[in-house]
Amino acid sequence: MARARGGEGEGGEVLTFTQQLDRLEEIVRRLEAQELDLDEALKLFEEGIERLREARDRLTAAEAQVKQVLADRAGNLKVEDFDG
Amino acid sequence: MGQSLDLFASVSPDGAWTVSQVAHRVRAVVEAGLEPLWVRGEVSGFKAWQSGHWYFALRDRSAQLRCVMFQKDNRRLPMEPQDGMQVFIFARPTVWETKGELRLTVVDLLSTEAGGLWQQAFEKAKAALAKDGLLDPARKRRLPPYPRRIAVVTSPDGAALRDIIAVTRRRWPIAELLVIPTRVQGEGAEAEICRALALLCRLEQLDVAIIGRGGGSREDLWTFNHERVARAVAALPVPVISAVGHETDVTLCDLVADMRAPTPSAAAEAATPDRADVLADLGHLGVRLARALSARTGRAAERLDRVHDRLTATVERRLERHRHELATLAGRLDALSPLRILERGYALARDGDGRVLKRVAQFPPGLRFRLRVTDGDVAARAGES
Repeated sequence: MARARGGEGEGGEVLTFTQQLDRLEEIVRRLEAQELDLDEALKLFEEGIERLREARDRLTAAEAQVKQVLADRAGNLKVEDFDG
Repeated sequence: MGQSLDLFASVSPDGAWTVSQVAHRVRAVVEAGLEPLWVRGEVSGFKAWQSGHWYFALRDRSAQLRCVMFQKDNRRLPMEPQDGMQVFIFARPTVWETKGELRLTVVDLLSTEAGGLWQQAFEKAKAALAKDGLLDPARKRRLPPYPRRIAVVTSPDGAALRDIIAVTRRRWPIAELLVIPTRVQGEGAEAEICRALALLCRLEQLDVAIIGRGGGSREDLWTFNHERVARAVAALPVPVISAVGHETDVTLCDLVADMRAPTPSAAAEAATPDRADVLADLGHLGVRLARALSARTGRAAERLDRVHDRLTATVERRLERHRHELATLAGRLDALSPLRILERGYALARDGDGRVLKRVAQFPPGLRFRLRVTDGDVAARAGES
């Protein structure tokens, strides 16, 4: 099984922070559950460390983006940067 | 008869006034003679015209006065007065020339009923919302713990929005704020907010919404007490936090929202976790992760140790058995050793070549040989027999 990387799930879609944290918690719980094969435990641990790093990076790198949503005459949504 | 008053000047049909002239004159006299004033009475025959103007009579037991309240004045009021309602009006007396009718042009209207018109309008809308179950506490949704997209319905240039942006930037910079600008007070604000909320419903991957404005007068906040706005808020597909102005005045929006915040800043705080807390949580998860792994490898090591111990124990036992066997054999070997026999006083005779001499025939007289006794060799010689 290829290990998911770069904040992506197995399908390659980008995980939300919530999903990432959920996965991390699941990893910790499974590791704590004691019934794992050692190989599997090591693999989980590696993934856990990776997810932890990604989550930290996300939290420290970001600057909240502000956009504004408008509708044009035809009723189509327009999302543009908001400078306020 | 004096000539000073035109009204009474025409005492003969010759100088007769036209109706319009009289009506106009009467109006001028009334308007000049009566300042705007507060009048108290009961509303009767109320009618709101298509134009938005209100017509009614104000009466007491023995008299009544026709009243009009124009749209530009009545639009500030939360609802129409009803027939039979006791009210105070502030009005300018005038004469409606077309009908030759004394009339009060109403600029303000207060109900003397409990809480006045505002409270009544509020209670009426609230009852309608309650009837549809929109105030049921069981409807309240939980806010998502780590929101990514937060919609904000508010005025684009109010302090409310600036506060929400600042708080979100500080606490949860992962979030993307989607501002849906709308006017929040004044004429048409109600419809504009409903349009903004409809727009919000079309946004994808939205986690939570904030609707609000900074503080203002009761009339300023009234937009958020419209039943229509409250229903639009209740219908939002994501959890919504209402932050409308005051801590003391609860609006209908506050009541139907999933959460009520006293200020826009508080709404942003409720919508977002604090990054520092989440980082601490992550640290804690890291510790658990490491601990779990070391526990797991510890168990593996223990198992290895146990296997190792069993292995060495087995080898030890086997070695011990061998040692024991060896000792037994050595004992037996020892017992068989010729040296042990010599110890008991026997001697071994050997000739010069080391051959053991066992028989008499091997000892011719005068033969030199050697005797091996327990502690060494002695030279010996066979005598004459």
